[in-house]
Amino acid sequence: MPAETSTRVVQVKVKRYQPDQSAKPFWQEYRVEAEGNDRLLDVLNKIKWEQDGTLTYRRSCAHGVCGSDAMRVNGRNRLACKLLVNDLGARISVEPMLGFPVIRDLVVDMDPFFAKYEKIKPYLINDEPEPRTERQQSPEQRERYDETTKCILCGACTGSCPSVWANAEWVGPASIVNAHRFIFDSRDRGGAERLQILSDRTGVWRCRTIFNCSEACPRGIPVTDAIEEVKRAIMYGTTDIA
Amino acid sequence: MATRVTTNPKVSPFGTTPKPGAGSGAWETFSWYFFRVSGVALILLVILHLVIMHVTNDVSSTTYDFVAHRYANPFWRVYDLTLLTLALLHGLNGLRIVCDDYIRTRGTRLAVQSVLFLTAVFFWLMGTMTIITFQPGKTVAASILGLLHH
Repeated sequence: MPAETSTRVVQVKVKRYQPDQSAKPFWQEYRVEAEGNDRLLDVLNKIKWEQDGTLTYRRSCAHGVCGSDAMRVNGRNRLACKLLVNDLGARISVEPMLGFPVIRDLVVDMDPFFAKYEKIKPYLINDEPEPRTERQQSPEQRERYDETTKCILCGACTGSCPSVWANAEWVGPASIVNAHRFIFDSRDRGGAERLQILSDRTGVWRCRTIFNCSEACPRGIPVTDAIEEVKRAIMYGTTDIA
Repeated sequence: MATRVTTNPKVSPFGTTPKPGAGSGAWETFSWYFFRVSGVALILLVILHLVIMHVTNDVSSTTYDFVAHRYANPFWRVYDLTLLTLALLHGLNGLRIVCDDYIRTRGTRLAVQSVLFLTAVFFWLMGTMTIITFQPGKTVAASILGLLHH
């Protein structure tokens, strides 16, 4: 039994945006009774269901897999379903992620994000005749890009990146992670094409190795490392790098 | 995972170099690489420059005569020209990227970057003229005229 599961009152400060009522975002405070092992998502649900039905946010699976509920919590991008009240303290600030157009309250417009994701061709490219069985690879070849297969496209990395805040045109960490997943896949033949896309003005060179993305990733993907590997692949013209 | 078959003939096996010349990729890659190389070179060049001008020689002794004596050896002219060129290009490249990051309208960005570029060229020409033509006891203008006269 965890030590602190007792009920307590937490103060939740939410940055709200209700475009039909006010052109400007505003902060609103809620006081919620919560257990220590409630998740932040439970707290938001309590507000929405019991206090203020107008509070708007995305959630779907509620178990850290779908990537719907990424938001800025106490200044850091997190999934609301993976945070416990115990770890957040008595005062919690919740905002929509930076670097995205806000639609309403905590809901941001993910369309530009997915447009940039599609730009790096996130699918297997291989013109060779299809083999009779699956396209095979060794466990070592699979291991090469294992980390970047874990991405759930929640946008926490991209929304935490100061280069993205400055320049929304920039392709951003999530797209590079997903490009990495294919560039270093031994079955894929589109690596050169993707490296070409990522080497231009809005590509990997915008990364200043700030490491916010690695810190923000709810899946623990070493995002900055993956970006550096893509930089090296462009620089040396090969994916055969240490 | 669905396999999307492309018919793009340009798709080459993974691991080949991106083709230079297409898009801004080759230029941006070079720019990034130049940043690293010039950065390392500048650390060494600047440290030695500072040591000579401020540590091993007191500021009061780094006079006109001191420079004249130093510039008698072409090595120091080449050294200073390298320092000047790398420092200007490194700084210019940094400001170019700051503009790319923060100036969102194309026209303004082009204007600001043009001013930066012309300023850098101006300073580079000023410095280079001095370094190449410097002759003890003569003004830069006289030195240039003298060189042209030959």
